[in-house]
Amino acid sequence: MKHLLAIADLGADEIHDLLDLTDSFVEVNERPIPKVPALRGKTIVSLFFEDSTRTRLSFETAAKRLSADTMTFSVGTSSVKKGESVRDTIETIEAMGIHAVIVRHASSGVPLQISRWVQGASVINGGDGWHEHPTQALLDAFTIRQRLGSLEGRHIAIVGDVKHSRVARSDALAFTKLGAHVTLVAPPTLLPPSLVGWPVDVSHDLDDILPKLDVCYLLRMQHERMTEALVPSLREYTSLFGLTSERADRLRDDALIMHPGPMNRGVEIAGEVTDRPNVVVIDQVRNGVAVRMAVLYTLLGGQPDPERPDPAPSRPTPIRLNPETATA
Amino acid sequence: MTALVIRGATLIDPSGERRADVAIDPSGLIVAVEAEIDSAGMGSDVRVIDAAGCVVTPGFVDLHSHLREPGKEEAETIESGSRCAALGGYTAILAMPNTTPATDSAAVVRQVLELGAASLVDVHTSGAITMGRRGDALAPMGEMAALGVRVFTDDGTGVQDDRLMRRAMEYALGLRGRGLPVLLAQHCETESLAEGGHMHEGEWSSRLGIAGQPAESEELMVMRDLALAKLTGAVVHFQHLSTAGSVELVRRAKAAGLPCTAEATTHHFTLTHAECASYDATFKVNPPLRTADDVAAIKAGFADGTIDCIATDHAPHTAESKEAPFDQAPPGMLGLETAMALALTELNLPIAKVFDLLSWKPAQILGISATHGGPIVVGAPANLCVVDPAADWVVDPAASASRSRNNPYRGRAVRGRVRHTVVHGEAVVIDGEAQR
Repeated sequence: MKHLLAIADLGADEIHDLLDLTDSFVEVNERPIPKVPALRGKTIVSLFFEDSTRTRLSFETAAKRLSADTMTFSVGTSSVKKGESVRDTIETIEAMGIHAVIVRHASSGVPLQISRWVQGASVINGGDGWHEHPTQALLDAFTIRQRLGSLEGRHIAIVGDVKHSRVARSDALAFTKLGAHVTLVAPPTLLPPSLVGWPVDVSHDLDDILPKLDVCYLLRMQHERMTEALVPSLREYTSLFGLTSERADRLRDDALIMHPGPMNRGVEIAGEVTDRPNVVVIDQVRNGVAVRMAVLYTLLGGQPDPERPDPAPSRPTPIRLNPETATA
Repeated sequence: MTALVIRGATLIDPSGERRADVAIDPSGLIVAVEAEIDSAGMGSDVRVIDAAGCVVTPGFVDLHSHLREPGKEEAETIESGSRCAALGGYTAILAMPNTTPATDSAAVVRQVLELGAASLVDVHTSGAITMGRRGDALAPMGEMAALGVRVFTDDGTGVQDDRLMRRAMEYALGLRGRGLPVLLAQHCETESLAEGGHMHEGEWSSRLGIAGQPAESEELMVMRDLALAKLTGAVVHFQHLSTAGSVELVRRAKAAGLPCTAEATTHHFTLTHAECASYDATFKVNPPLRTADDVAAIKAGFADGTIDCIATDHAPHTAESKEAPFDQAPPGMLGLETAMALALTELNLPIAKVFDLLSWKPAQILGISATHGGPIVVGAPANLCVVDPAADWVVDPAASASRSRNNPYRGRAVRGRVRHTVVHGEAVVIDGEAQR
């Protein structure tokens, strides 16, 4: 695997491999000193054209725990504001000798475009427009697997603004590739105009399916959707699609409640519900670091050091997780 | 006296097909069309083009070229755009008015026509229907028509306001009454439905997470303009139809006797929205690439006469602007140099029908049949194209005469190549090379 651009590019085996590897990094993260030298000497840049504190921090934490050097290129302080093109930006950054770039952009497709312009660096999609957010889907799948053992045969509802959600696109693909049954729940105005090729069901009635669910995945409802007349009001959205206390009561006790964050308490989820034990939002965030370590390790760990050619295959095992015995 | 002889070819024109040589005099008129013209005794300054195995046809006429001058000369100039046209077999092109400033005044019309006069092909210009193409006040159509402008359009956008479009139609009728046979052409796109869309709304836009514009945003304006044409009695030309629904609307209108004409572009019968999966903005165009069903409907529209002609919508953009994120890049793709080959390769129509779509019919719509797209006969101006219909070649964007490289056909194998182009008797392209 050279780049991680979209869940659509991955097979079930590749997703399973990444999740299996994530287990090892969960263990690393539980150590007193949660750091391994696996990516020592590697330089990883977060290139965020769109603000994102959570995803950026998660990636940077992951990179640092693998002993990579990290740099942040944030648009607010960069020459992009002076009119530099994405291509010039990436070519400039790559010329500094980097090994991976994590790209977040408000426009769909930018990570794929960048992957055509880099010479050797790996490109990781940190979220592009409405398109995909593959590491979010991996951490979501990992969290479900951690709690429920497997996604196979599980019924997962993705509730809310699917149309404008990169999380929903990646999740729907990842969950179904891993054998889950996915139902998108939203008013038609918040669904993509076409679902041809999507291996999912659609429902406009959350109440109808709540008792059948293994996972209720809530998407963030954005205020600007009101001005576009996609729903009449937030109040009406909440009354029809919000996970109120009454609705949460109708979920099975072992059903998980998930959210990619940040949550709009009182809109897609009632404040009281967020405190329930089956809400796994904090697990999602925690697992996000381990999943991103697995992604970075998979993309960068197997590349031979030009100084010391390494005959190992691109997915070396076992992973040298013990800092005492490891060599870079 | 003869200056140029084209020998050995088959002539295909509106009157039919025959084997003949063509002799052209220094003033650019055809002086002989005979089975064998012996150039041996004509003197050394007679240029003889050996066109054995080739077809001679009236030169092509493009109703939809963006030449970018004035205002975006880094992407194209009238000179470079008309060079593309000549290489593509065109002898006359119609420049679109979405220049900077817009072609909405006599002054800009004069500038475009003056620059066009020095270029390789006949350059006509359209004029904007509304001031600045802003859609809120009529542009001085009469003044522009007096300079020779025959087509008015706000191309790039459609005239959104129903009442203003009605007024434009009525006003244009008045100009026709004064002996200025002007035509209104519409870029059909209802913005309130299409706004924010960067590709066709459907399977691929949904998957790629790109805002789409539905087929209906085009069809609504086709419907409206058909209704307004009926109301006012005006003749409307529909630009770049791209959907099956639009084709059917025009088909029914024509069957009902409403006088309207329509064009469709090369890319709308050769490419689909699936191309956008690469997020390569080379494939971003407006109207957008649609579905395979729409492509089939466009082809059927050519075959049954619903769509009168092929237009290129040649729309150059710099490499930098096309490397922007898909939703920030400008729409448009090159077309003048590849249109004929793609039509011959993809349309599966008799060659005479393809030339009808490329030359004879658009010349009529533009009102230039006296000089372009007519029979190859003695006394007619020599605006001709020599095509090798059996030549196989592969499209190479780097080989373009355009200042831009936004050619969506990179690496595509096509059949049929323009060998020579003659404009008013001057061989401006010989063996695929522009002569000046």
